[in-house]
Amino acid sequence: MNEQARPVSDEPQMRRRVEMVVNGRPRSAEIETRLLLVHFLRETLGLTGTHVGCDTTSCGACTVRLQGTPIKSCTMFAVQADGLEVTTVEGLAQGGKLHPVQEGFKEEHGLQCGFCTPGMMLVSAALLEENPNPTEAEIRFAISGNICRCTGYQNIVKAVQWAAQKTQSGQAATTVA
Amino acid sequence: MAVVEEKVTTWLGRSVKRKEDDRFLQGRGNYIEDIKLPGMLYMAILRSPHAHARILSIDTAPAMQVPGVVAVVTGADLVAHKLAWMPTLSGDTQAVLATDKVRLQGQEVACVIAEDAYTAHDALGLIDVDYEPLPVVTNPQQALAEGAPLIRDDKEGKTDNRIYHWEAGDQAATERAFAQADRVVSIDMHYPRCHPSPLECCGCVADVNPASGMVTIYMTSQAPHVHRTVFALVTGLPEQNIQIISPDLGGGFGNKVPIYPGYVVATAASLLIGRPVKWIEDRTGNLISTGFARDFYMDGELALRQDGKMLGLRVNMLSDQGYAYADAQPSKFKAGLFHVVTGSYDIPAAHVVTDGAYTNKAPGGVAYRCSFRVTEASYFIERLVQKAAYELGLDPAELRRLNFIQPEQFPYTSATGFVYDSGDYERALDLALEKVGYRELRQEQAKLRQEGKGKLLGIGLASFTEVVGAGPGRQFDILGIRMFDSAELRVHPTGKAILKLGVKSQGQGHETTFAQIVSNELGIPPQDVIVQEGDTDNTPYGLGTYASRSTPTGGAATAVVARELREKAKRIAAHLLEAAAEDLEWELGRFFVRGTPDRGVTIQDVAFAAYTNLPEGMQAGLEGVHYYDPPNMTYPFGSYVVVVDIDAGTGQWKVRRVVAVDDCGVRINPMIVEGQIMGGLTEGLGMAAMELITFDEEGNCIGSNFMDYLLPTSMETPHFDLFETVTPSPHHPIGCKGVGESATVGSPAAYVNAVIDALAPYGITNIDMPVTSDKVWEALRSKGVG
Ligand code: FES
Ligand code: FES
Repeated sequence: MNEQARPVSDEPQMRRRVEMVVNGRPRSAEIETRLLLVHFLRETLGLTGTHVGCDTTSCGACTVRLQGTPIKSCTMFAVQADGLEVTTVEGLAQGGKLHPVQEGFKEEHGLQCGFCTPGMMLVSAALLEENPNPTEAEIRFAISGNICRCTGYQNIVKAVQWAAQKTQSGQAATTVA
Repeated sequence: MAVVEEKVTTWLGRSVKRKEDDRFLQGRGNYIEDIKLPGMLYMAILRSPHAHARILSIDTAPAMQVPGVVAVVTGADLVAHKLAWMPTLSGDTQAVLATDKVRLQGQEVACVIAEDAYTAHDALGLIDVDYEPLPVVTNPQQALAEGAPLIRDDKEGKTDNRIYHWEAGDQAATERAFAQADRVVSIDMHYPRCHPSPLECCGCVADVNPASGMVTIYMTSQAPHVHRTVFALVTGLPEQNIQIISPDLGGGFGNKVPIYPGYVVATAASLLIGRPVKWIEDRTGNLISTGFARDFYMDGELALRQDGKMLGLRVNMLSDQGYAYADAQPSKFKAGLFHVVTGSYDIPAAHVVTDGAYTNKAPGGVAYRCSFRVTEASYFIERLVQKAAYELGLDPAELRRLNFIQPEQFPYTSATGFVYDSGDYERALDLALEKVGYRELRQEQAKLRQEGKGKLLGIGLASFTEVVGAGPGRQFDILGIRMFDSAELRVHPTGKAILKLGVKSQGQGHETTFAQIVSNELGIPPQDVIVQEGDTDNTPYGLGTYASRSTPTGGAATAVVARELREKAKRIAAHLLEAAAEDLEWELGRFFVRGTPDRGVTIQDVAFAAYTNLPEGMQAGLEGVHYYDPPNMTYPFGSYVVVVDIDAGTGQWKVRRVVAVDDCGVRINPMIVEGQIMGGLTEGLGMAAMELITFDEEGNCIGSNFMDYLLPTSMETPHFDLFETVTPSPHHPIGCKGVGESATVGSPAAYVNAVIDALAPYGITNIDMPVTSDKVWEALRSKGVG
């Protein structure tokens, strides 16, 4: 019962100023040191595309990229990301153009309720930067820390393959709808 | 949005890309946790660590001292406002906050309301509750045993833990059938407790305006209109002052049908404090206290002739309901639609005896992608049929084929009183067997068995029939409210339309599918039709989305209201064309004068005229509303084949292949339909292989977080091969049957049948779900194998 287990301190919560580059923009705020990164993004910065789906670092709905690496933002304090670069789903589209992964998810019906989708797409985008032409097994492994309750993953795999192909064939991205 | 250039003659059967995707892809969805109002407070719930205990005292004073805490609410506070208990959707009662006793681990005991969420959680730890633990009941057998601790002593006159005893079918006829049988095959199984676990938990933002008296509740609701009515009844607030807004839902699967204490306390707190109150459930709260699924103990027998003809079916079912009977289900059917248990087979006689009992566990029961217990029924019959095949020495496919209800028998009245609308079961099975290469697989299996090297191959079938789309108002209601559903359609002067529905998507793609229905009837393309749901003040009354009912009811209402508008449009077109309405013909999107195809007007022309140039005496506007009461349920069906490889040495099993043939009648958007099926096949695998909520003898919940309650990831989930047959529903306006739950209903039996098929030669006839590798290994070891 994790709710009861949270430690209670009589001390006033420590506060500190943090600075981060979020989706290419420098952001800074004074926050409680215990503030989780996911809450910093959602509550302090109002970037609500990053979601929370569990209490145990199990679901990946909170995935963002920190210095390019996908991490679970529910399991990191915002102060730990001080001075670093963060990308959230809101930063995927560039210059009014959807990221190929975003296009792929739409083309291949890689999302239903959309709750896991931001995390899935960020992991997929990171994978494609490292491995532009992944096999199905490599895609499945890359997204295995992210749970999707709706799609059964098959169309997510296809979405990533679609994005890989699109990136490789170098077509121009379409405009944000 | 791409413009469709080619001439479209139908919008059915077209995989239109989803209209709702754009916002989700860019992090611009609007889920409950995203809603923030000025002055908003945050609520956290203190839950009971005991499964059954008397509350001796609650000391909230230290929690109140925490800076930032605004209020601490206990059951005693709610008693003063007559809000300590609330009705469930089965007409039982459930505590909002515990007053006398706690009756499950995780029950809501007190709530802290604070300026921010962290402070609210901090203060929970300072609430001091003194409990006197009581003996715990963790299964229904215990609950109904002599001298069992009484769980619902709050209910006057209640002396035992029995909730209901309910029977269906014909006992005498069934006994006669068994008397004539050559063979009787029996099975005894537990369909264990599992949980829908949408990736988004439940939550709400309750906003009571003390000046206007308006109560706006944003909440994770699959059935906002019903919830508004229940809120009005529980709180005594006038219904017109209550607005429920269900925003984007991060999945539902039935979990967001019931009303939970958190919603009620947040609303009461907002009412008392005069500020908006937000409550977001954590995962443990979700798993431990909200609508679970199944927990049915089922045993029964099938009477057969030596040649395999089924003569009769007898089933006993005992349901673990938790501490309140909270199945959201039609009031006439105590065990939901479990009595559709004769499935796809022409079984002349059946008798079903069901009992429900209170235990010290969470209430709920029908949730998890299931039309009112049809999942348990389907699992039961499909497992039993396989066992019967083995005992008669027949191939499981053959025994099914021998007993299928034949196409010419529809409409078919089952032994327990269901009138099946249409079906062609053998066609679906044949297609599945052909696609999977059944004969070759059986040969491979025989070879492996001969070699005996510890490699086992199992082939599992399930030929399920569902009963969905509740339902005809004369038979189906929730708390007395008939299970119709509704659609309101407005066509604006520029020919664009808005469709408002009483159902509520949780990811099923309603914004696209229902737009296509309008497109198909009026010729207005889907990108010109916006679909709105979830806001009680902005949509017509409806019963909501669950039990695969949206397309059978809301979809039918959409088609009918669109046709009604087309009738009016025709009269306007006649006026514009100076022709008689009878002389007009319709091609999708356009009326023209018969014989003169050039003389025509488009639906957009007509829409403009509806506001600018009307025939004498006609009311302006092009809009309407339809409440659709379905004449019957719909009966989707299909055949699934699962192939598994098992290592006899470790018990590990792996899905090699899944072939799924689904027949849900006409498919509006095949892409979305297939998405629903793949999601269901995955959840079916979860139930079959890993998802389990269980309890120790003290009532501690095991399965209260995602490290214990295991969901399929991309690694365990296999590739699915999907195929279709199409047998339209004869009574649905566009022939649809609904598909959201087919795969969770049909697939668990296919997965388990596959494992048992591999183990059957060793005399292993059942392993209860979840069929984990250690259970398989133990079963094999007990037979001296592996
Ligand atoms: S919220 Fe589930 S892993 Fe972060
Ligand atoms: S789309 Fe709903 S959880 Fe993935």
